[in-house]
Amino acid sequence: MQAIIDQYKATIRAAAEQKTPLQIRGGGTKDFYGNSVVAQSNTLLDATAYSGIIDYEPTELVITARAGTRLADLEAALNQKGQMLAFEPPHFGAAATLGGCIAAGLSGPRRAAAGSVRDFVLGVRLLNGKGEALSFGGQVMKNVAGYDVSRLMVGAMGTLGMLLEVSLKVLPKPSAEITLLMQMDEAAAIEKMNQWAGKPLPISATCFRSGELFLRLSGAESAVRAAHVKLGGEELSEGEIFWKSIREQTHGFFQSADSLWRLSINPATPPLTLPGEQLIEWNGGLRWLLGDEKLDVVTIRKTAKDAGGHATLFRSNEPGISVFHPLDPGMMRIHCALKEKFDSFGILNPGRLYPEM
Amino acid sequence: MSLQELVNNLRSFLPPEAVLYETEDLRPYECDGLSAYRQLPLVVVLPRTEEQIVKILKLCYATQTPVVARGAGTGLSGGALPHAQGVLLSLAKLNQIIAIDPLARMAQVQPGVRNLAISEAVAAYGLYYAPDPSSQIACSIGGNVAENSGGVHCLKYGLTVHNILKLRVLTIEGECLEIGGESLDSAGYDLLALMTGSEGMLGIVTEVTVKLIPVPEKAQLVMAAFDDVHKAGNAVANVIGAGIIPAGMEMMDKITIHAVEEFLHAGYDLDAAAILLCESDGSAEEVADEIERIYAIMQQSGATKISTSQNEAERLRFWAGRKAAFPAAGRVSPDYYCMDGTIPRKHLADVLDGIEKLSQEYGLRCMNVFHAGDGNLHPLILYDANQPGELERTEEFGGKILEMCIHAGGTITGEHGVGMEKINQMCTQFRTGELEMFHAVKAAFDPAGLLNPGKAVPTLHRCAELGAMHVHRGEEKFVELPRF
Repeated sequence: MQAIIDQYKATIRAAAEQKTPLQIRGGGTKDFYGNSVVAQSNTLLDATAYSGIIDYEPTELVITARAGTRLADLEAALNQKGQMLAFEPPHFGAAATLGGCIAAGLSGPRRAAAGSVRDFVLGVRLLNGKGEALSFGGQVMKNVAGYDVSRLMVGAMGTLGMLLEVSLKVLPKPSAEITLLMQMDEAAAIEKMNQWAGKPLPISATCFRSGELFLRLSGAESAVRAAHVKLGGEELSEGEIFWKSIREQTHGFFQSADSLWRLSINPATPPLTLPGEQLIEWNGGLRWLLGDEKLDVVTIRKTAKDAGGHATLFRSNEPGISVFHPLDPGMMRIHCALKEKFDSFGILNPGRLYPEM
Repeated sequence: MSLQELVNNLRSFLPPEAVLYETEDLRPYECDGLSAYRQLPLVVVLPRTEEQIVKILKLCYATQTPVVARGAGTGLSGGALPHAQGVLLSLAKLNQIIAIDPLARMAQVQPGVRNLAISEAVAAYGLYYAPDPSSQIACSIGGNVAENSGGVHCLKYGLTVHNILKLRVLTIEGECLEIGGESLDSAGYDLLALMTGSEGMLGIVTEVTVKLIPVPEKAQLVMAAFDDVHKAGNAVANVIGAGIIPAGMEMMDKITIHAVEEFLHAGYDLDAAAILLCESDGSAEEVADEIERIYAIMQQSGATKISTSQNEAERLRFWAGRKAAFPAAGRVSPDYYCMDGTIPRKHLADVLDGIEKLSQEYGLRCMNVFHAGDGNLHPLILYDANQPGELERTEEFGGKILEMCIHAGGTITGEHGVGMEKINQMCTQFRTGELEMFHAVKAAFDPAGLLNPGKAVPTLHRCAELGAMHVHRGEEKFVELPRF
């Protein structure tokens, strides 16, 4: 395995010397996400070879694996011991890797209840832009020694380092899970989801789409049953399939040729008056929007910002629009400074997050 | 710039009572919760508004004056220890709750607001702010952000980093950054995580938006006594292995049990080698289910005595002893020194054995309380500062405990921070490459190194010196050469 790391290091050093950008890539399932890596002569740095679970002790609630490990293999190992990645990451394809999951920083339906990818990252080992192997964080739940560089890697799209190994906190799978369906309009659904989130109820996921509100309840059988009685609603028999279709975006809503926007905002924001079809998750905190020609970028971004959040052009056929929400000048300055510190030659996925860095 | 010029400059935009420079006025600020380290600052400033802080920072930046931020001063690692040539920036007067949004479950507060005051202010909505460090009655939310504070419920509810949404931060140049949002994620790098636990080294927090969660319908506690620490450790693993995430899981060793029982009469078993407190919270059904399973696991794990709290008064009584561990230490010893290592739980028994050996070696007693669920160990070394050399022996003993935590695959600080106290152990936990990266991160925010200089991350020079000292202890070569 050390030979693989040595090879990665050599590739990075060579790229640093020649100032040729590298495109770090795991399973390639999220190639569609983010800005395209600029420059013509990019070298592909395949991150799949360094794979496998290094350490997993269910009673410690910690798993450590190499970044090239397939997400499916990792989740299968956890499943065998009755545990899970509580942030329920989307795979977007069988080849998805742990490294790609961390770099993209995307969480699934359970996010509003359980936390996000970065909430579960305990430590990372990475190669910086000089090809130096560095370790941050660790394998323990509480750790405030040094700056939290591990969590900084989440969602950085590989622009700060090439991930080698990741330690994650894992959680037990709930013993019972049911999905409820209710009919109501959008404004009522947003209000209800937020009210319920403020009550001690075992709601683990929410989704609203054209007059239908889906709720997932998770926990002890008795608790889930009691909550069903309190909340009402019709029990769906194939809840698991439904949530998977939301997580993996195989649900009919996402089968559209239009651009897909992701607005992450204050969950209690009333219905957004933007034209285009919407699907809501995370108690109202996540609004998926299918853009049509009437929508302009400025309006979408302003709407998201006014609602306390940001808008990402998640999938698009139109080039030329910055995928991630523009940063204020002060924030951009800090971002560029950090990028420069981790990747002084600017060779690690340059431009994938923001064109400036 | 002379002291007088600095004071005059500060008083041009701050009222006279907000600028302190007479020795007797500075004295209350000479240390934080770690009183072994003391230093008078040049000046203490007590601004009331963000605008005033901007002016203070601009002045300090222009005059290259170090700035040390301070919240309530309850920190245990000397993170708010003043700088002799610097300004101590107290944020205590920024103590307003700006807005509460019960529907969206968030509160926007100033950094000087006390941790517990947030939960009190939102209690009427059935909500609370989850992290509960033991000092929550006094500690401020700004300090919690600086240290990424935890508490007894973090395994289930997370640390500060998991419970904040947004920060307003001023850079040393006085520029305002909005980090995070009212949303569950934000664009760009996760600077919210980077700021949390950064010990006032990267910026000055002027506003915090915290996440609020529903108060559980019910909480119940199982107290189990064990005649052997190993068995108690296994019981913790068995609970987790059974798929239960307790709201809190605390362990106390024999010396702690005796110290607190004598003090409080909480009903602890004095024959026990260790006591576990395991709490379940949630809906009534969830709690009933969990408590039944926890009870059975404690039985199977060889507990000698098990009690389940039958009502709220009894639950609080069981907790009272654990919560009184620190004051109890103060009763049985003139002084105590609180350590804060985290280890993978499986090494608990070995580490406790190791601490016991060191305790005998140094001739100092040590009480152990342990956030067992998340592996965070708080050894309390009992000493007497009036005995010559005892503080030095205590610090050395403490340093050895932290090194043992590192060797067990853990860390030198779970929730108290590095501050001034553990700066040397950072050299053991990290190598040159990582330390260089930490300095680089600091430089990205504060190139001139004016914010809390000398804390949290040791210079490579210091580590090199220290490394040499460790290797050559007792047989130091070239003793005639000067060291600097």
